[in-house]
Amino acid sequence: MKQYLIWLTALVAIVIVNFGLIPFLPPYYYSILIYSGVNIILAVSLNLVNGFTGQFSIGHAGFMSVGAYLSAYISIMITKDNPDLLANPVTANLIFLVSLIAGGAGSAIIGYFVGLPSLRLRGDYLAIVTLGFGEIIRVMILNIDAIGGARGFTGIPLLSNFLWVYIAVLFTLFFIWRLVNSAHGRTYLSVREDEIAAQSMGVNTTNAKVQAFVIGAFFAGIAGGLFAHFLLYLNPQTFDFNRSFEIIIMVVLGGAGSISGSVVAAIILTVIREALRPIQEITRIDFRMSIYSLFLIILMLNRPNGLFGTKEIFNFMSSKMRRLFLGKEDTAT
Amino acid sequence: MKKISIYLVSMIFALGLSACKKTTPENVITIGEVGAMTGPTATFGISTHNGIMLAIEEINEAGGVKGKKLNLISLDDQGKPDEAAMVTTKLITQDKVVAILGEVASSVSLAMAPIAQQYKVPMITPSSTNPDVTKKGDHIFRVCFIDPFQGSVMAKFAHETLKAKSVAILRDIKNDYSMGLSNFFVDKFNSLGGKIAVEQSYSAGDIDFKSQLTSIRAKKPDAIYVPGYYTDVGLIARQARELGITVPLMGGDGWDSPKLKEIGGTAVNGSYFSNHYSAENQDPKVQEFLAKYKAKYGSTPDALAAMGYDAARVLAEAMERAPSLASNDLRDAIAATKDFSGVTGNITIDQDRNAVKAAVVLKVTDDGFKYQSTVNP
Repeated sequence: MKQYLIWLTALVAIVIVNFGLIPFLPPYYYSILIYSGVNIILAVSLNLVNGFTGQFSIGHAGFMSVGAYLSAYISIMITKDNPDLLANPVTANLIFLVSLIAGGAGSAIIGYFVGLPSLRLRGDYLAIVTLGFGEIIRVMILNIDAIGGARGFTGIPLLSNFLWVYIAVLFTLFFIWRLVNSAHGRTYLSVREDEIAAQSMGVNTTNAKVQAFVIGAFFAGIAGGLFAHFLLYLNPQTFDFNRSFEIIIMVVLGGAGSISGSVVAAIILTVIREALRPIQEITRIDFRMSIYSLFLIILMLNRPNGLFGTKEIFNFMSSKMRRLFLGKEDTAT
Repeated sequence: MKKISIYLVSMIFALGLSACKKTTPENVITIGEVGAMTGPTATFGISTHNGIMLAIEEINEAGGVKGKKLNLISLDDQGKPDEAAMVTTKLITQDKVVAILGEVASSVSLAMAPIAQQYKVPMITPSSTNPDVTKKGDHIFRVCFIDPFQGSVMAKFAHETLKAKSVAILRDIKNDYSMGLSNFFVDKFNSLGGKIAVEQSYSAGDIDFKSQLTSIRAKKPDAIYVPGYYTDVGLIARQARELGITVPLMGGDGWDSPKLKEIGGTAVNGSYFSNHYSAENQDPKVQEFLAKYKAKYGSTPDALAAMGYDAARVLAEAMERAPSLASNDLRDAIAATKDFSGVTGNITIDQDRNAVKAAVVLKVTDDGFKYQSTVNP
């Protein structure tokens, strides 16, 4: 029971921060906070596929866009004729919940259909297939007029807020943490370590890969929905392969196979882009992206396996802290 | 090595954080600019930025606005809507700008407009031509004409000057700008009694256009309307000439770049496009702007630079007229802009907060873009 304590504490902390701190936070820092949260969900869910299952996917922005567009479309459809529903916080949040889950589910279904045939491929080949998938989704969205096509999708109601985003972050962390530490999740790890050995031990490797892919897609869809209802405007070019690469960078930088690594990397990479802005204001020349890239190079030279490697943040802490995090079942991962 | 890099990383952060704590002097009016200084649309962003900077310097040399100097904070959005939204929030809430200039691309301005509107900070986009941008709220303005007008201008031009009976359309399906222009071209051209021979599409970044061009050639149109961006148009022109298509190509302001000639070579000669301004216009105002711009940056300003220049000057003029710089006073002053004599024509802001002004049609020749005619609204 003790192991759930840390999650409950985190939940309480989020609620307290939401009511105690957020109303006083300047909107700019608030946006950074929201984007960080969305990026954490994306990085952690991609880590399940890339880090834990060892399948190199570059189509995560595609899944994010499916979730973003689907959830935005649903919430617009529901509220278009009944704007009163948005005025009432209960129905507004209910609509958001429905549209988020629908977005995640839609993304998961597409993940299943993409994953089933393509996950028989390995390494570079799979990477190319997922890259192609991401582009297919983007071009399809460009051609659907009902969601704005190339003009972009406007008129999305503002439903995302700190509470929603960070409860989703917590849920993602909880789900994926429990998953990879369960017997079921171990099969994913076995696929990463040695597919042939896993197969000979009776692991259905295709099944494991598709499952990881579908779960990853689901959370990417949720992140997309949260993003759409915060930015209030979607444009297909937001979800091109550069976006996928940004998420991959977060996973690699944090350490493929480390959940806390992905969280830290997602926060660092979201914050550093904004933290570097003043340099541009002072020098009047845009060094920002060069410094950002330099930062990545320096980090990768010093920590080639990412910030945390395959370890988690509490592996670097004292054993007392570790026990606090893990409860009684302290296993050296 | 390790230590050095740790120092480097922490220095970067320290620099970033220390710079957050700066104060704005009292006798300065801060304006924000959002533009793509890096990324795929960087040439547009930089041209616009140059134009705005030139205007700000001029205004400051002449004593500023209401006795205060203008201070421009320009931030990069990489041409991404989500970054632009973040940057706009920063400019308004952190830097407390009184007004925002930007963005060039409509798809980015659409993400910025709701934020500017939410905080009631006037925003003037120099060159976002999508009609939806200014519909986002009563604080959003533009100093350019809107897509329908450019499409209609070329339809009018094709019908009256080129005497074209049938026109083929080749549009960039990924691009809302291209889609908007061609839709309005089709409407206007049909209403003038012309015939659309065939509609074909491509996606920005394509290299081979031969299959679309072959099907266009089969219909024997009198002209082809290609409202895309210069990189694609250059290639399309080359391949069209290779296939023996000799009819003129027509386009919009997305053609306006010296790169069009670099990519298209002689193939683009004899084509026409609508634009916001022409460097050949003998109006002394335009010539003065040209001379100043050349002296400062060493190149001929394109339309985007001229639009940026006008946007900044419309804003400054409105600030001077406004009783105070509070958001509603400034908003009303900008909305009341009438016959402002800018380098891109006389600008009047209409009740939909769009600029009403004439468009020019330019012809591509060996010696650059030649002024052809002016088409009034």
